[in-house]
Amino acid sequence: MPYPNDFRYTDEHEWIKVSGDTGTVGITDYAQHELGDVVFVELPKVGAKISAHQSFGTVESVKAVSEIYAPVSGEVVAVNSALANSPEQLNSDPHGAAWLIKVKLSNPGELSSLMDAAAYQKYIAEKQKEASA
Amino acid sequence: MRYLPKSPSERQEMLAAIGAKSIEELFASIPAAHRLKTPLRLPGPLSEMEIIEFFKARAAENSVGYTSFLGAGVYNHHRSVVTDALLQRGEFLTSYTPYQAEISQGTLQAIFEFQSLMCQLTGQEVANASMYDGSTALTEAALMAERVTGRSRVLMARSVHPEYRQVLATYARNSGLQVEEIAFTASGQLDAAALRSAVSSEVAAVIVQSPNFFGVLEEIPALAEIAHAKEALLVVGITEGVSLGAVRPPAEADIVAMEGQSFGLTPSYGGPFVGVIASREKYVRQMPGRLTGQTVDAQGRRGFVLTLATREQHIRREKATSNICTNQALCALAATMHLCLLGKEGLREQAQQNLSKARFALAELEKIPGVRRAFPGAFFNEFVIELPRSVKLVNAALLRDKIIGPLALGVFYPELSKRGLVCVTETTTRVEMERFAASLRRALAQPLE
Amino acid sequence: MTDKIKKASRHTSQSEGLIFEKSAHGKRGIELPPLDVPAIDAAAALGAAHARGEIIGFPEVSEIEVIRHFTRLSTWNYAIDLGMYPLGSCTMKYNPRVNEFVARLEGIATEHPYQPLELSQGCLKILQLLETCLLEITGMDAVTLEPSAGAQGELTGLLLIRAYLQSRGNPRKKVLIPDSAHGTNPATAVIAGYEVENIKSESHGQVDVERLREQVTEDVAALMITNPSTIGVFEQRIAEIAEILHAKGALLYMDGANMNALAGVARPGDFGVDVMHLNLHKTFSTPHGGGGPGAGPVLMKKFLEPFRPVPVLTVKPDGTLALDVNRPRSIGRVRAYCGNFGVLVRALAYTLAYGPGIRQATEDAVLNANYIRKKLEGVYDLPYSLPSMHEVVFSDARQKKHGVSTMDIAKRLIDYGFHPYTTAFPLIVPGALMVEPTESESKEECDLFVDAMRAIAEEAATNPEVVKTAPHSTRVGRLDEVGAARKPILRWKPSASGEAAD
Repeated sequence: MPYPNDFRYTDEHEWIKVSGDTGTVGITDYAQHELGDVVFVELPKVGAKISAHQSFGTVESVKAVSEIYAPVSGEVVAVNSALANSPEQLNSDPHGAAWLIKVKLSNPGELSSLMDAAAYQKYIAEKQKEASA
Repeated sequence: MRYLPKSPSERQEMLAAIGAKSIEELFASIPAAHRLKTPLRLPGPLSEMEIIEFFKARAAENSVGYTSFLGAGVYNHHRSVVTDALLQRGEFLTSYTPYQAEISQGTLQAIFEFQSLMCQLTGQEVANASMYDGSTALTEAALMAERVTGRSRVLMARSVHPEYRQVLATYARNSGLQVEEIAFTASGQLDAAALRSAVSSEVAAVIVQSPNFFGVLEEIPALAEIAHAKEALLVVGITEGVSLGAVRPPAEADIVAMEGQSFGLTPSYGGPFVGVIASREKYVRQMPGRLTGQTVDAQGRRGFVLTLATREQHIRREKATSNICTNQALCALAATMHLCLLGKEGLREQAQQNLSKARFALAELEKIPGVRRAFPGAFFNEFVIELPRSVKLVNAALLRDKIIGPLALGVFYPELSKRGLVCVTETTTRVEMERFAASLRRALAQPLE
Repeated sequence: MTDKIKKASRHTSQSEGLIFEKSAHGKRGIELPPLDVPAIDAAAALGAAHARGEIIGFPEVSEIEVIRHFTRLSTWNYAIDLGMYPLGSCTMKYNPRVNEFVARLEGIATEHPYQPLELSQGCLKILQLLETCLLEITGMDAVTLEPSAGAQGELTGLLLIRAYLQSRGNPRKKVLIPDSAHGTNPATAVIAGYEVENIKSESHGQVDVERLREQVTEDVAALMITNPSTIGVFEQRIAEIAEILHAKGALLYMDGANMNALAGVARPGDFGVDVMHLNLHKTFSTPHGGGGPGAGPVLMKKFLEPFRPVPVLTVKPDGTLALDVNRPRSIGRVRAYCGNFGVLVRALAYTLAYGPGIRQATEDAVLNANYIRKKLEGVYDLPYSLPSMHEVVFSDARQKKHGVSTMDIAKRLIDYGFHPYTTAFPLIVPGALMVEPTESESKEECDLFVDAMRAIAEEAATNPEVVKTAPHSTRVGRLDEVGAARKPILRWKPSASGEAAD
């Protein structure tokens, strides 16, 4: 699956696509692949405040739970409620239909510390090399 | 030694295969300073016959030959010998936790049936595969309410079993959960007015027991309304499961914490018993304990698995809903077998016998001068009587007639030293009840020493 | 199927649906003796507001159907009575039948915890003797038999530590837990009100003593250690570890899950442990019964004794036994009544059967584990070279090359007639195979296990598909756990019973 150029990426495998002062956040294809079949997603409520690098939710497979870390700080303005009934979308379309939350950025400057698509792909290529070593 | 399937020569063969000259070599990794040089000073070894003699001698020092009117969370009920015949099958008794589902379908299907039966009995949507007992189930229910609501205060009825309240206090002290006790009224029920003033939007749960420690039924729908008005949860504890054969289940409760000892488990001096938490489907991910779910294999055959394990300690570790790992599976299995044997009509009839016998006993006791019923609410098989003198002293007299009398409430409620809790079940015979009444009459007629 | 499978072969087993699916109105399994008092109408006695209608869906079946139902179900289970469970850290040993017999005696099974003390001396003597034996085995000073399982024992132990430290002015904030620890350890620490700080093991899976020295500060209440470790190796620097903690006023908690390597050979009280729990359903043979009940007694050094949970077993001046609840410094009660008494009875019966000879059981357990290790090294990767005690941990590194994981090997082991070993734990060994045979296994059973594991290793190299799609011989194959978690079905419902019994 390609990594869109208009996304920015964290080293915990979240992505954010910014439009104006709002960002859409999700997890990357690499993350869903590592997790395996997703069975449940726990997300915050609309109105919740999130902080960069802090966990704002969890993604569960049968055997593991992973925290989801906020790429930026801000207020949650939308939550993808379709995931409650179809968590499997996170496996099939992590960069599109399975977005997690939309957040109003409180500090757009935080975006500059995130990776672009090329840097992220290099990052995960190294991770894959480490894993098979 | 009969439990060790090795001959001396086999041990030698195995040591040789390992390349060790003696078994001591295999313990060389333990620093010499820590290795014992002499055998432990322990009684035994005993043969099977001697072990049985030992425990028979201990049994003879207990209460065999006495008639008991004790309840208070532990009940004498009929249990069929079929339960033990099935329970002692090695495939149930000596099997492990069903993590490997393909070779544990017997255990898993039985747990699924247990969960289903508990839902049917309590009127709730989902039940877990057991907690240690009613006291820890009630405690875990309070902690669950804390997680669900995000609030950290609970209101606990003083009419809840005193030892259950003590257990919650121990867990609460370390978790920041604040527990406030609400008094009971002269009827023996929770003081609803006091509850109404105490409930607020900081309260996670209102915790009651029904039938409560005094045997009295609480008004569950009214209490639910008070709790829900402030979006607090109603947690209902049940210590006498047979009551659910006649008493309507607490359907308005958000969480039910039940003790299942009455379903085919012997009193056994306090354990092992079986606790259950039952609740609404929407709270299932906050529920502690194991859960069994129905599923299929690749060929579409129905099977059962442990599920939603991400709540539990072995995956979630420090963020788990509870630290519970080993539960009371075999006890839950016994309860399942027992309830299947009793069945719908059997449980209803058993409950009706409890109701009938308890009322007979009460009527007999009320004929005795000086004896009156205290806490006059609706009741199942336990009731409180008030005597003109200390219950403890009266019980000493009853013991001479080989009767274990009512629980002296003064032990737990200092202001109630003249009140005793009487329990009568379907196992209590008419003759025993009449003997009890006669003995009590005699005891009260004695001048005070 | 290969002819290398000697321990098990296919056999017809009975199918059986859910008990609710055989239910029909009018069937009864128990008939009660008739009432000897006037019958009361329930609705009249309780009032309409409290009376119950029928219990919808509750089963109605006959005695024979219940016997068949559960007997058939039982035949779908593996069990110790059938063969080895090589599950690491579970200590699946033989559950002696005399233990079941004595627990069911009239006068033992029938006793009520609130009956008068003078009619309970038999029960209390059982508790007292078990306490004495456990103290001797562990080398500790005081004990509580109240906790219902290992996890509850851990909680009790941590609460004791907290109460003690509190009495000295500061309960402290953190508990150190090795990354090799069982999940109950961190879960328990949080419930006890502590933060969990992980401590990384060194390359042999032991506690990294130098790291420990850095991490133990005055904010640390305790280290929770399992000894032998979850790798099955004795923590050789345990005395030093205890000293480091004690020097900073912190305590050493030992998870006693692996006591089967130590009973009669070494005592935790002698090597610096302040407080520990035992799992009676592991080391002391009480049956697992599909997941419990167990018991998790906690043993402690003298300075922790005042904080013990209530009730505390005491001896009165006249020599009789009593249960004391008047203990002002106690941490309180951790469960109702005095514990899983029936489990305690079984553990005492086990201890009496062995007496001082308990050492022999420990020696046989360690012998079996080392024998299996010797026979399988070279076939499976051994990530640690230190000597094993009662359990050995391999990894699936060699088999991974063929795409076969520890989980696959475990499932294939089922076809060979065994229950799987512990997979994927401890977390510090990727692809772990944790094997603990216990002393209950004969040389014959150990050899069958070794042969099976060798055969599977060969299959992994020559025919990996048969391993990856195992098991092939069970009533159901690998089950859809993803579906079960996405759309949980947690109870039987009348309308949803469309699935026919298999």
